[in-house]
Amino acid sequence: MIVARTLGATGLVVCFLARLAAQGERPPLLLWGGDAEGGAPFVEADPADPSQVRGFDVEVAERIAHGLGGGRTARFLQVQWSAIDQSVERGDFTVGLSGVEDTPARRARHAVTIPYFEFREVLAVRSQDRDRVHGLADLRGRRVATLGATIAYDLLLAARDSTGVIPVSYDDDVHPYSDLVAERVDAVLLDHIIAQRALRRRGGTGFAILSQPVAVGHYVGVLARADSALRDSVDAVLREAMRDGTLEHIFRRWGVWDASQGALFDRILRSGAITPTAGPSPAPAPAPAARAVTAYLPSLARAAGVTAVISVLSMALAVAVGLGLASGRLYGRGGLRMATTVYIEVVRGTPVLLQLFVIYYGLAGVVRLPAFLAAVLGLGLNYAAYEAEIYRGALQAVSSTQLEAARTLGFSEAQILRLVRGPQALRYALAPMTNDFVALLKDSSLVSVITVVELTKQTAIYATNVGSWIVPGALCAVVYLVMSLPLAQLARRLERRWGAP
Amino acid sequence: MGSPLSVSTALLVIDRLCVRYDTRDVLRALSLEVARGEVVALMGPSGVGKTTALRAVAALQPFHDGRIVVDGEVLVPGPVPPESRLQALRRRVGLVFQGHALFEHLTALDNVTLALRHVLGRSRAEAEAVAMELLASLDVGTRAGAWPRQLSGGEAQRVAIARALAPDPPLLLMDEPTAALDPARRGALGEALRRLAKGGRGLLVATHDAEFARAHADRIVKLLPGEDAGPS
Repeated sequence: MIVARTLGATGLVVCFLARLAAQGERPPLLLWGGDAEGGAPFVEADPADPSQVRGFDVEVAERIAHGLGGGRTARFLQVQWSAIDQSVERGDFTVGLSGVEDTPARRARHAVTIPYFEFREVLAVRSQDRDRVHGLADLRGRRVATLGATIAYDLLLAARDSTGVIPVSYDDDVHPYSDLVAERVDAVLLDHIIAQRALRRRGGTGFAILSQPVAVGHYVGVLARADSALRDSVDAVLREAMRDGTLEHIFRRWGVWDASQGALFDRILRSGAITPTAGPSPAPAPAPAARAVTAYLPSLARAAGVTAVISVLSMALAVAVGLGLASGRLYGRGGLRMATTVYIEVVRGTPVLLQLFVIYYGLAGVVRLPAFLAAVLGLGLNYAAYEAEIYRGALQAVSSTQLEAARTLGFSEAQILRLVRGPQALRYALAPMTNDFVALLKDSSLVSVITVVELTKQTAIYATNVGSWIVPGALCAVVYLVMSLPLAQLARRLERRWGAP
Repeated sequence: MGSPLSVSTALLVIDRLCVRYDTRDVLRALSLEVARGEVVALMGPSGVGKTTALRAVAALQPFHDGRIVVDGEVLVPGPVPPESRLQALRRRVGLVFQGHALFEHLTALDNVTLALRHVLGRSRAEAEAVAMELLASLDVGTRAGAWPRQLSGGEAQRVAIARALAPDPPLLLMDEPTAALDPARRGALGEALRRLAKGGRGLLVATHDAEFARAHADRIVKLLPGEDAGPS
């Protein structure tokens, strides 16, 4: 009976799936991936209908879909910009288009279309520096910001060795410019479209864009390596669009057309061969895995050090502030008790990611914290709320007889807390504190959103470089374990020594 | 304050002590005295208020009528005063809890030295000398380095007595000291209490162990449920 029913149900599901698949076939789709967080003029949520996207990359995708024929329409899939390559290779979508750069490494690993737009890597500096700075060579010892995992970032890494600039990597292309104005960095190197957009948003003031480009690059579409036949069809559509003026029309509508685009189209239509722009560090041709790993070890060690130092300092801050909060909540009167309770509930009830953004970017108008300090403050003040609740619970767990025994011996309340209640509570708090420290060690990866390159961020950069997560992921996991396992061991030993209950 | 007390040389005077939990009278007009050099047993079945009486004398427990005088220090009805106003009383009264209540995070020795160092301001060396002497006199000198959880019931009890005696209070209160002891140990404890009394202290011992009380107390005060207590 049950078997029959299960069979029946399975049959229904199969029918349903088949229907779904059939439905999926009916309107032919070109699924394309991009990052709407990158914003206009590439891809942005349409202000009139935020469920839709608009931008020149959106229109290029539509043009490609149309050109592929069969009544195909383009459908957008949101992907994090730095994950477009990995995502297209997984088969999440067919083509990635979102200011994707033409690099030798990308051409080696994926099926890449012909370039459809030429951009210039331009430097932006604060207005008062525009007469002093003419190129990267004038920025020795200065902090130069850009988006991570881009040609611009590779250019800065090369310039670090040759001219001594300090590269600062961001996860987005908006905050480099606000931090430039806020004097957290001294220059920004990014695509001219992004620089011009940032300048427009600031009403044309605050910084200046240098006219001499540092390098020239191209935007391409990226497809999975196995899709090279489809890529050839897309190339044909793009050539057609260059010839018939539809691409020019799109770029003009979005205000990004200039003479160099016409020259690019001419070159492509004449010869077709365009050299990709390497960051001067030529993308490593698939080097032997062992060598890639050893080359990576120093930066892994450095990043692990950053993770360890941030975690230890944040935990120290969390313990100190947590003790204060717990005391306030247990011993304080009305106002203080209320204030500590509000702090704990607000901090526990909101994401630490949000708190990091607020401390680093939100407070920038009031106090301009260096990224490292903001990271320690953000994590420390967040974990303080959790520590406070652990300490409150642990203090309350100390038996009242122990406290009365202390009272009959003549200790003051402060002495009882310091000599009897605190030390005993510490034994109860040790296990949950260890737990929190291990959690903090891993949560410290969140601080990469405020430009701190720690272990996970470094691993992501490495993974982008080698085009795989397997070795970097395993290495990263090992390093985290090497840091957290001894902690658990130490906690167990202390618990035994102090005879924790 | 209140009616003039009859002149008494007693170390502890409890005069018509009343304690009420909500609407239930736990103690109704308990009166007793303990003189220096005297062991007084406070007897009665469980739940009759023996512990409550000791806690009131040790200022851990408010009472709503009567008064308590320890060596000239007066406690009056109402909430327990803050610790800052109890310092003189604390010097005069030591309390040994039922189940010893040793500080679990400290060794036997540190349990005894803690108050000497942090309340009386003695140096560590001085405090340890006093503590070792006390522990030795109670036959637990060899257990000084042990943690409370490593002590037997009898050992823990004697360490707790040493802790209460360390600040040298003239009055020592003990709550059910024989509860965790085998008969042989009870005799030894009784001897120890007699020695303390002989040294000039007053002892008030709450117990339901009639045999122990008869053997070692100078006087027995019986508390019966619903009755006013008085000397028997």
